[in-house]
Amino acid sequence: MTRIGVVTFPGSLDDRDAARAVRLAGGEPVRLWHRDTDLAGVEAIILPGGFSYGDYLRTGAIARFSPVMGSVISAAGRGVPVLGICNGFQILCESHLLPGALTRNNHLHFICRDQRLRIESSRTVWTAGYQPGAEIVIPVKNGEGRYVADRDTLARLDGDGLVVARYLHGNPNGSVADIAGITNPAGNVVGLMPHPEHAVEALTGPGTDGLGFFTSVLRRLVPA
Amino acid sequence: MPRVVVDVMLKPEILDPQGQAVQRALERLGFDRVTSVRQGKRFEIEIAEPGAADAGPAGSGAAVELGRDMAAKLLANTVIEDFTVRIEDAAGGAG
Repeated sequence: MTRIGVVTFPGSLDDRDAARAVRLAGGEPVRLWHRDTDLAGVEAIILPGGFSYGDYLRTGAIARFSPVMGSVISAAGRGVPVLGICNGFQILCESHLLPGALTRNNHLHFICRDQRLRIESSRTVWTAGYQPGAEIVIPVKNGEGRYVADRDTLARLDGDGLVVARYLHGNPNGSVADIAGITNPAGNVVGLMPHPEHAVEALTGPGTDGLGFFTSVLRRLVPA
Repeated sequence: MPRVVVDVMLKPEILDPQGQAVQRALERLGFDRVTSVRQGKRFEIEIAEPGAADAGPAGSGAAVELGRDMAAKLLANTVIEDFTVRIEDAAGGAG
């Protein structure tokens, strides 16, 4: 069974949900600790949501220098799939695995609601199972989810098809160009502000629209 | 013992909703001439005097360099923030 690592930092919240989503998708979740440098041979890595290190200094800023991140950064460079959700996305930006930054919501409120998104790219290992242009509903919950980047970076994200998902029917945090998620040019590193791991079964979420992120990577890792 | 002071501010083009909220509160308090508020962070970092065993250059120049290095690596995210570094003496005055 394909093993997918889920990192727990001090202050991570959604690590159990992410591990559960991996299991529901048919993979074997492997719990990794922020002090680990050995990634236990996992074939993909998820950085979950939460408030790592209490969001001190900046969201993700201290987690970025935790021992595990040195290994995650080099694995990402080798093409290992990495998905950062919410705080994980913030950590990926602080690590410069993804460009830009996530800043305080323009209205200053923490927002938590079901959010409609459009999948803009199916070329990443995490979204290959979605049709381009597919609309999905998954929860969004953040206080600092406003994506910003300079004009050149935005032009490159748009021109190279690196925007993975955009907010529909209302931008929850003031993100530039309604950006909810982006990828690196190789398509193995994806950062997403909303939470697919909270939409993997009807009982506990708005639906199962989030499951595709986890089944996509599993399908990629196990050649048919 | 030199004290390194690092001020970190959001870049001018980055929206600062916290600063805007502070500005609105000031206006409610009657400070009607406030035209802009930007909120930042200040770090006061005490640096050990170089010991006899340290071969590197001593003094405030080296401390400023150290402050810049710390700011660029961790204290500021230069994608969205600018920083300044200066030295204060232990009494708190500008050095």
